[in-house]
Amino acid sequence: MIEAADLTAVRLTIELAGLVTILLLLIGTPIAWWLARTPSRWKGPIGAVVSLPLVLPPAVLGFYLLVLMGPNGPLGALTQSLGLGLLPFTFPGLVVASVIYSMPFVVQPLQNAFEAIGERPLEAAATLRASPLDTFFTVVIPLAKPGFLTAAILGFAHTVGEFGVVLMIGGNIPGKTQVVSMAIYNHVEAMEYGNAHLLSGILLVFSFVVLLSLYTLNRSGKQS
Amino acid sequence: MSIEARFKLDYPGFSLDVDLAIPGHGVTAIFGQSGSGKTTLLRCIAGLERASGSLKIESQSWQDANYFMPVHQRPLGYVFQEASLFPHMSARRNLEYGMKRVAAADRRVAMDQAIELLGIDHLLDRLPGHLSGGERQRVAIARALLTSPRLLLMDEPLAALDLARKNEILPYLERLHDELEIPVLYVSHAPDEVARLADHIVVMDAGRAVAQGPLTETLARIDLPIKLGEDTGVVLDGRIAERDENWHLARVEFDGGSVWVRDSGHALGHHVRVRILARDVSIALEPQHDSSILNTLPAEVIEIADDAHPALALVKLRVGKSAVVARLTHRSARGLDLSPGAKVFAQIKAVALIG
Repeated sequence: MIEAADLTAVRLTIELAGLVTILLLLIGTPIAWWLARTPSRWKGPIGAVVSLPLVLPPAVLGFYLLVLMGPNGPLGALTQSLGLGLLPFTFPGLVVASVIYSMPFVVQPLQNAFEAIGERPLEAAATLRASPLDTFFTVVIPLAKPGFLTAAILGFAHTVGEFGVVLMIGGNIPGKTQVVSMAIYNHVEAMEYGNAHLLSGILLVFSFVVLLSLYTLNRSGKQS
Repeated sequence: MSIEARFKLDYPGFSLDVDLAIPGHGVTAIFGQSGSGKTTLLRCIAGLERASGSLKIESQSWQDANYFMPVHQRPLGYVFQEASLFPHMSARRNLEYGMKRVAAADRRVAMDQAIELLGIDHLLDRLPGHLSGGERQRVAIARALLTSPRLLLMDEPLAALDLARKNEILPYLERLHDELEIPVLYVSHAPDEVARLADHIVVMDAGRAVAQGPLTETLARIDLPIKLGEDTGVVLDGRIAERDENWHLARVEFDGGSVWVRDSGHALGHHVRVRILARDVSIALEPQHDSSILNTLPAEVIEIADDAHPALALVKLRVGKSAVVARLTHRSARGLDLSPGAKVFAQIKAVALIG
């Protein structure tokens, strides 16, 4: 039977991944739009920074974030002066780190989707009296729907699956920062293979169901 | 009421430099070969391209040295070469998209009217992906009309279509011309479309407007730097003056003469337009009575100019108050001793009735 602590880890993971996905869609959309449209020479450098987590070892990213958010880091100083305390080893800290870590998995599909729309629908909307913001909501978002679904799937899945960054930033505090991947690691360390199997199985089935349902949605969206 | 446009734009390998005064009524064709800058000019007028210069529509400024009205605030309609309908909306929602964004008080074209004018009643619930190219373009034209534009811009709306689809849409464009009082700028490289639809013409070449004016006068000019080759010819506006049921012919009377054409069923008095190509006009010093040619008109030579090929000459003839252009060889022109002022007979082998 599943232990209460493991159940807590599952709940925490879903909360984390859900929140991170929502935040990523909100933050990633303007970044992806800018990257897709700008003629600026900063496009290259900014795009590279956003994509950095794709190639950087999670431990490296986690280490830098730990330093930045720590008591002597600039981010740590900021959160302390705002009366928020320090982020490392807290759930909010985990959220911030995950947002940065999963950013490219959301920005890239969105950027591709925006670029695929091309100039013409935007021009057509402008000649039909739609302001740029109006056009974004009535033309761009509906046409980029498959991109948004892909971005959400990848952002969510990638956050559920992370380990290195969580270890560095969140630690392994049950009920606060202990996500499923950490719980599995603990069980394996303690030779509790039964519990590890159960959690891994849950993660496997859950991931499969999420992916399957979103891909199905995605396909029917494209067909209509 | 008129449209005044001055634009300067420099791209690598291309520059646009125009100063135009276009009448604020009827259809003005912006005519030229590919790369002559006609689409760029249209995009500058729409504000889709940012050129330096100024643009005034009926004394309202859309652009000057200190001001650039954003595209979505310009009361214009734009029809792209490809229909560019929103693929995620039904034809009806595409039509509503622009209309909903115009204040109710400013709407002068009703939904029913646009649907009827373009004959798209049966297509409204379909997605653009399920429409043919011609149907999509008709929806796109209706969509542009429903914004009640003060100026309708059309960028080769027929160029992406095959001949059958073209012929399907042309009558709708003619109705547009006849039934709505919206000035239209119509970009085209097809002389037959221009001859059929336009009242005025701006001829573009290498980013410059090399000629502009009423269609009939401008087409009769033989001094222009661009040569139309086989398409050189004039357009005459006239009306059906007589019908010969025996021979299925109709006589079209224009300012200064008349020609017989194949009867296409138009009633007496109906306004029609005929096109006479220069290659179909020959010149004789005496009227020929033993010839198969039906239309022979007394004419006076006004001007002789070189055509594109060194063997050929273009001869502008005055027939009453109208002008006809003939294409002949320099040798024939010399043989007949043609010079301005000479009285001749224009033998017209073919006349096309174009709506």
